[in-house]
Amino acid sequence: MSFEEKVAWAYPVVLLITAAIYSTHVFGQLPGVPVTEIAYVRPMIMALVITVVAMIIAAILAAISAPSEADKKDERDININRHGDAVGGNVLGVAALLPLGLTMAEFEHFWIANALYLAFVASGVVASTVKIVAYRRGF
Amino acid sequence: MGKPTKVTNAIRTLRFTHREMTQAELADRIGVTRQTIIAIEQGRYSPSLEMAFQIARAFGVPLDNVFQYPEEPGETT
Repeated sequence: MSFEEKVAWAYPVVLLITAAIYSTHVFGQLPGVPVTEIAYVRPMIMALVITVVAMIIAAILAAISAPSEADKKDERDININRHGDAVGGNVLGVAALLPLGLTMAEFEHFWIANALYLAFVASGVVASTVKIVAYRRGF
Repeated sequence: MGKPTKVTNAIRTLRFTHREMTQAELADRIGVTRQTIIAIEQGRYSPSLEMAFQIARAFGVPLDNVFQYPEEPGETT
């Protein structure tokens, strides 16, 4: 497995774990607390920061596991990354319609921000899945 | 999903006939990862024209000796 493929495997795992922890913490308050009183900003920022830090750690571990291949990126890696990111971008474009609709319908910021966060998570997961399939099954 | 490319190659055979060159050695010679060479050999990746020429040059043979494309029914070369 090349360095770039290892990173592609790590990204959706990190995204889904941080999103699950964030969702449990924030949405777990929903039944009893009005959304305008749920403090979601700091947990969301923490989730984003933790995602970035976790990916840096994952990249370091991937590099340590095969030092001779660390940071090697050839045309196949570039093409697969470009393909995955393009698909992820399309997903983000479609998913962004949800927060746009919520804004137009004048929903609370809580729902709009979380819909946008969901769009980013979905985009990242789909992009990485496309890359993994391309690495494993062919491109 | 089946193999995405119709291009076939004789890289594995050429490696063995060229002093049993390893995939890693071929990868180093043309500046790609070993996994890319594996993917090309298994038909899971179709290299760029430039990489194809680099592979052929690494073996010292013409491009046609390395890569083949199946004829369509009714085609004549």
